[in-house]
Amino acid sequence: MIITTTWYLLLAAILFSIGTVGLLVRRNPLIMFMCIELMLNAVNITFVSIGSHLNDLGGQLAVFFVLVVAAAEVVIGLALVVAIMRRRSRTNADDLKILGG
Amino acid sequence: MIDLVWLIPAFPLLGFLTLICLGKSVREPISGWLATTAMAGSFLSVLIVFIGMLLEKNENRQTVFTLFDWIPAGDFKVDIGFLADPLSITMCLFVTGVGTLIHLYSIGYMHGDPDFNRFFTYLNLFAFSMLMLVLGDNLLLTFLGWEGVGACSYLLISFWFRDPANATAGKKAFITNRVGDWGFMVAMFLIFFNFGSLQYLEIFNILESNQIAKTTTTFIVLMLFVGAMGKSAQFPLYLWLPDAMAGPTPVSALIHAATMVTSGVYLLIRVNPIMVEASTWSTDLIAWVGVGTALFAASIAVAQTDIKKVLAYSTVSQLGYMVLAVGCGAYTAAIFHMVTHAFFKALLFLGAGSVIHGMGGEQDLRRYGGLRSLMPITAGTFIIGWLAIAGVPPFSGFWSKDEILAFAWDKNPLLWLVGIITALLTAFYMTRQVILTFFGKPRYLDAGDDGEIKPHESPWTMTFPLVALAVLSVVGGLIQLPFSSSTKRLEHWLEPATFHNETHLHLSGSTLWILALLALVSVGIGVGIGLSTYLKEKIDRQIFEKPILNNAWNLDSTVSKFMGGPGSKAFTAVAKFDKEVIDGAVDGTGQIVKKIAAILRRSQNGLVRTYALGIGIGAVGLLIWFLTRTTL
Repeated sequence: MIITTTWYLLLAAILFSIGTVGLLVRRNPLIMFMCIELMLNAVNITFVSIGSHLNDLGGQLAVFFVLVVAAAEVVIGLALVVAIMRRRSRTNADDLKILGG
Repeated sequence: MIDLVWLIPAFPLLGFLTLICLGKSVREPISGWLATTAMAGSFLSVLIVFIGMLLEKNENRQTVFTLFDWIPAGDFKVDIGFLADPLSITMCLFVTGVGTLIHLYSIGYMHGDPDFNRFFTYLNLFAFSMLMLVLGDNLLLTFLGWEGVGACSYLLISFWFRDPANATAGKKAFITNRVGDWGFMVAMFLIFFNFGSLQYLEIFNILESNQIAKTTTTFIVLMLFVGAMGKSAQFPLYLWLPDAMAGPTPVSALIHAATMVTSGVYLLIRVNPIMVEASTWSTDLIAWVGVGTALFAASIAVAQTDIKKVLAYSTVSQLGYMVLAVGCGAYTAAIFHMVTHAFFKALLFLGAGSVIHGMGGEQDLRRYGGLRSLMPITAGTFIIGWLAIAGVPPFSGFWSKDEILAFAWDKNPLLWLVGIITALLTAFYMTRQVILTFFGKPRYLDAGDDGEIKPHESPWTMTFPLVALAVLSVVGGLIQLPFSSSTKRLEHWLEPATFHNETHLHLSGSTLWILALLALVSVGIGVGIGLSTYLKEKIDRQIFEKPILNNAWNLDSTVSKFMGGPGSKAFTAVAKFDKEVIDGAVDGTGQIVKKIAAILRRSQNGLVRTYALGIGIGAVGLLIWFLTRTTL
């Protein structure tokens, strides 16, 4: 059985959906971050597979950009989580509603 | 050297900024000297530009110097740019030259005033605005200067604002000028609508290549004339100028005699290519309004008792002459009279200021008399100013007035007749003023109700400008002598700005000589009647000093009565309409937006997951939309 590009795209779609649902239903910021990472990497898989399908290096290049941005985003996100944890014992994304004023 | 034109307004601006930053931290004379130095620097830069322009050939004397884009908005583009041509440089020369002298004079005149620094701050700001008005290469920049000088005029008329009368005079000047500004703005809208540009040279180019309807140009000219009426105090918008005398005397000399009030005439001359394209009836109207104002104001000046009021009405009258010249198409003559008038009227005002200063604030002509020996320099220079404004040869006023009257004769002898009667009245009321002030018996002694008045000559900072202006008033006529085309220097010099649009005289040499002689005779009669009435007292002065003339033909009080009665009711109705209908529509729109926003605001609930869901739904929606489009 030959594993075609479609398979990879399917995998990416499944991972992306899991990530989306996770992001929407969980309230723990850490889990939400993981879900976002899942979505980002699903997109990365798409990039790579389509890049190899079209024989274009651009797809793989884009992945590096996504990785760098994701790393930066995680740094800020984790800093926020730590800052929240210092003030209250449990972390719940919905509690941040009070910031709305 | 013409490239240095930006330095001209830069100096007063720098002076203004320095003074406003220093505030009250400098002591009295220093701020005055700073302001005077700034003006002198500006005058020097004008001289440099002037020499640079003289070295150029006549056709290269028009340059636009753009500093930067000011308002770029689609097709609409306005630059901060200066138009340096003989016309603007001539204006700059006397604005900065006379301005420097008046700044110097003010150091002496404002001595001891608690708001000494504030005065010089305003004066420099005024000079900056005036130079922007003159040098602006487009109508909007001119308008900026136009409003700037208006604001400074307001600030300086009500300089001593603790007296409510002065504050009211300032408001009156400002509001009357708004009527003129309205005309200017409508003219600007029309010009932009029809020409697509506000830059002078572009407008003139379009005017040459495209056919613009005569009704349009006529309407533009009339609207610009409404603007000029406000600034240059023409009937019926002259009402503010006599009241503007509430300000300090140097202000009256600088703003309300020599420079600002001529800006209306300047504007009309600046747009002379449009004037030429307008119907003749509009220029006729301008000429008649001018000469009518000249006669009207001169008749009022005959019966005024305040030394500054006489000069104020005289200014209105002389401005009428300039407007008459513009209406006749005699742009050079108008500029010529503007320059000589700047010299002798500034001289007369500063002389009057010197008298007021020496008399401890007394302004009533009836309480002067015999000041000749006590103030020799003031008296001598004032007499030169008198001879110049009355039109006695070879003083400057004779040449410029004579030229305007010749053009008036050429256009319509009736215009000339009114002009010559005005000249007679001018000679009469100026004689009256000089005699009452400097000759006869001293009358300030028997008044005696407010202690002793000891008239004294003013300090050198005040007398030096008087002497300098007196010299200029004597020799000012040299720039344009009517004998041959080579002595008409001003006309040749202004050619790049008047574009050969000037009317040419069709009079023979002998007609000109007869006209000049008749002018001389009328001046002689005016001076003669004045001397026999006030010096020899052979004629009863009550014949001339009618109460109705003193009250300015009751026009001012009639306007006030109208505005207080039916006028104010009409405006209340308009204000009500504005408040209920227009404001109602505006406020209603605001209320609707507010109500919709109150509903939409609920979606912003602060839950991160809701936002994420929103993003998700949006992404899915977009995906579906793209998919349906591609399959089709």
